[in-house]
Amino acid sequence: MIIAERKPIKELLEMLVGHDHVLLVGCKGCVTVCNAGGVREVGVLASALRIARRRQGRPIGIDEMTLDRQCEPEFISWLEEPLREKGYTAVMSAACSVGPQYIAERFDRVAVMPALNTKFIGGTLEHGVWAEFCRACGNCGIHNFGGLCPITRCSKGLLHGPCAGSSGSKCEVRPEVDCIWHLIYQRMKNLGQIEKLKALKPAKDWSGYWSGGVRRVVREDLTL
Amino acid sequence: MSENFEPRIVAFCCQYCSYSAADLAGSMRLSYPPNVKVVLVPCTGRVDPLHILRTIEDGADGVCVAGCLEGDCHFLEGNFKAKKRVAYVQRILHEAGVEDARVRMFNIAASDGPGFAEAARMMTETIRALGPNPLSTKTEKMSEEL
Repeated sequence: MIIAERKPIKELLEMLVGHDHVLLVGCKGCVTVCNAGGVREVGVLASALRIARRRQGRPIGIDEMTLDRQCEPEFISWLEEPLREKGYTAVMSAACSVGPQYIAERFDRVAVMPALNTKFIGGTLEHGVWAEFCRACGNCGIHNFGGLCPITRCSKGLLHGPCAGSSGSKCEVRPEVDCIWHLIYQRMKNLGQIEKLKALKPAKDWSGYWSGGVRRVVREDLTL
Repeated sequence: MSENFEPRIVAFCCQYCSYSAADLAGSMRLSYPPNVKVVLVPCTGRVDPLHILRTIEDGADGVCVAGCLEGDCHFLEGNFKAKKRVAYVQRILHEAGVEDARVRMFNIAASDGPGFAEAARMMTETIRALGPNPLSTKTEKMSEEL
């Protein structure tokens, strides 16, 4: 899922300067799972912002709403009625960055602000702890590495085994992080595929990553 | 700060320990400030950050969450969860410009009536020193009514 975390209250207050009636919109997708922007976190954030603004002597009205997902225009359209009828001057989106962008595209007369910092594609390590697992490089090759991704989970993105800094199965860049090459070796050993690691990998094709402009996926069978 | 200021404190008390302790304090005829209004919860693990934030937002001068002694939770770790949530709310309040000392966690055994009375005294004195909740415009009026 997309992992995000709330921006500091101070930063959000700066965005809200000049606004007195705002709709805070959460998302029931990824950011709910990582406890950054679901119904509950929206409630906490709205309360915190109201408290902060009252402390500043400039009370603000913040209404709360949480969409099923903000990464689909269908759900963004649910905002039409409240925006038309309540006269909000701004929408603060507690979603990954897709949400505020969709809201901005749909409603050209309302200020849109991100409440969250979108961090990475990751998973839960334990309750309250998330880590990056995928860099969305566009050309997945984890079958060559026992199902584990060295592009993302090796600090140096190495494709041909660990660097010389790996020590005690831990990464030299972040000692609390497992050396993914240690894990890959163990996995391949268990799978009886150690020989496979000896094969030289061709240079990775990065054209599906940070090049060629905005990436797009089209499923002809699904398009209308 | 008004000399007449009487803090209004909401205490979320676990039914297995601190609520019983409050009960016992009464049975023991112990004297403690009447500023603490008790809300019975099945376990402090049930207390959500929103409960605390909204209580402060609605004008309470202080909030305490009172659970079992650590290791004695009827639900094993509810009071540890509450401890973390109280710390989380304190951070949020600090970010929002409100004194984080207005929110506090206590651990009181069911048999510790004097402990509850002491906690009530301590919390009341802390809030008295901090003054009224700056969010409450009605604080003075309500204090007079107490």
